[in-house]
Amino acid sequence: MKLEGARTLFLKEVLRFWKVSFQTVGAPVLTAVLYLLIFGHVLEDHVQVFDGVGYTSFLIPGLVMMSVLQNSFANSSSSLIQSKITGNLVFLLLTPLSHWAWFTAYVGASMVRGLTVGSGVFLVTVWFAPPQFAQPWWILVFAALGAGMLGALGLIAGLWADKFDQMAAFQNFIIMPMTFLSGVFYSVHSLPPFWQALSHLNPFFYMIDGFRRGFFGASDVSPWLSLGVVGTSFVLVSAVALRLLAAGYKIRS
Amino acid sequence: MPAVEFDQVAKTYAGARGTVRALDGVSFSIDEGEFFGLLGPNGAGKTTLISVLGGLTRAGSGRVTVMGHDVVTGYAAARKSLGVVPQELVFDPFFSVRECLRIQSGYFGLRRNDAWIDELLASLGLADKADVNMRALSGGMKRRVLVAQALVHKPPVIVLDEPTAGVDVELRQTLWQFVARLNKQGHTVLLTTHYLEEAEALCGRIAMLKQGRVVALDRTANLLAGTSHQMLRFKTDDALPPSLAASARVTGRIAQVRAADVAQVEAVLARLREAGVRVEDLEIGRADLEDVFLEIMQGVPAERPA
Repeated sequence: MKLEGARTLFLKEVLRFWKVSFQTVGAPVLTAVLYLLIFGHVLEDHVQVFDGVGYTSFLIPGLVMMSVLQNSFANSSSSLIQSKITGNLVFLLLTPLSHWAWFTAYVGASMVRGLTVGSGVFLVTVWFAPPQFAQPWWILVFAALGAGMLGALGLIAGLWADKFDQMAAFQNFIIMPMTFLSGVFYSVHSLPPFWQALSHLNPFFYMIDGFRRGFFGASDVSPWLSLGVVGTSFVLVSAVALRLLAAGYKIRS
Repeated sequence: MPAVEFDQVAKTYAGARGTVRALDGVSFSIDEGEFFGLLGPNGAGKTTLISVLGGLTRAGSGRVTVMGHDVVTGYAAARKSLGVVPQELVFDPFFSVRECLRIQSGYFGLRRNDAWIDELLASLGLADKADVNMRALSGGMKRRVLVAQALVHKPPVIVLDEPTAGVDVELRQTLWQFVARLNKQGHTVLLTTHYLEEAEALCGRIAMLKQGRVVALDRTANLLAGTSHQMLRFKTDDALPPSLAASARVTGRIAQVRAADVAQVEAVLARLREAGVRVEDLEIGRADLEDVFLEIMQGVPAERPA
């Protein structure tokens, strides 16, 4: 019975983005391909990141992970804020679903969206450079953890924001800078020491570095360190999200 | 065991101009199978009370139970026993009517619920709209879906928060027939409405709220019998004399003036004659629930002890 409630909310959240997949899956895949075409073309002969890895090959996993992260965040955050603003969250608030059910359903559906878009980006970009899978389990572990963490972060943002512009601010001033400054487009080793040190404080850096490790078998830091940082971040963000849900933060007055 | 019990429920909001006491120690209970009316002017606390009942709002103090389950500590069992039709016309634009009802069933742990969903659709005149997207429905149809959504899990207690606000006659008829049938089958119904003739016709017992407090709680028949007032209803184009205007209810050309008893009727008529008010279509009748309501709302001091 309890599982059925969470399962229904999960399926509803998946259906919600799937019904508009042109916009929720198609568009971000296209954006990632544009990044690849432009940056890959301009920088291919100028940037050498890892030995024997071309820039386009290096960039692809970064773009895949960036898409996973952004879309996982977008799913839970946009669903919650839309339901809050249109008022239809009341249908959910009146149900016996626990905060655990809300959490697993929203985060689970966000992961599905993030991983679907990520797979889409990967399938399209694969034609630009033959892929390698040096340590594939890292690919799966970091994709899943990153998607889960951003899904939970989206849940927090969706609960917190009262208006669409607050949500846009959260996305533009927190999610975007953290993603772009995480090494999607470069190896942090190529940065000056100050920025390098700063990057090491960004959990997104560890997600992308660990994810990339799975493709090339090389990374800026040890994948175990990345796993530790990303795993801890996921637990912390989830704990905050669960706490807010249990308290009915901004949804039960 | 009462179906619903409110025990000293209080709720204070932080408003722009200091704190607002939305509920001020509300206590009453509703027995199983009752058709109960909750009346009061706008801002009296009706919707806040229902929100506390449904878990949308948390009471500052006091206790609320549904079928014996505390709405805070036993929220899952309480919410399973409760079907709330919200006042606002809200809907999920991503889904069709049937999808919405299936999803709502799923939230309550019911996976194969289509037989009951079909019955709901038929009873509420929605059968031909089952596969239509919510966005494409008219306001009245959306309202019907709200009712269906509240009933997907066959709750023993049904709460209708102003379900007929802005609703056409046909839907009102359909809705009341359906709700009356559910009440006959044993469902407890809690209704808030501004249409007092509906409350008079449907509710066996009524509570009236004013500024967050219960100011009347009795059987509908007793409330009506408790007043010996007579109402004079007539049409006029003239202004009423000041002595009558203060207590009169005027709707367009129709004026209603209260007389304390039959003997007072003559006095009222005399004053109208003296003021030269030309009266058409005069009727004299017993006070209805609306008169009782106004009497209570105007008569009970709202001031709290200092």
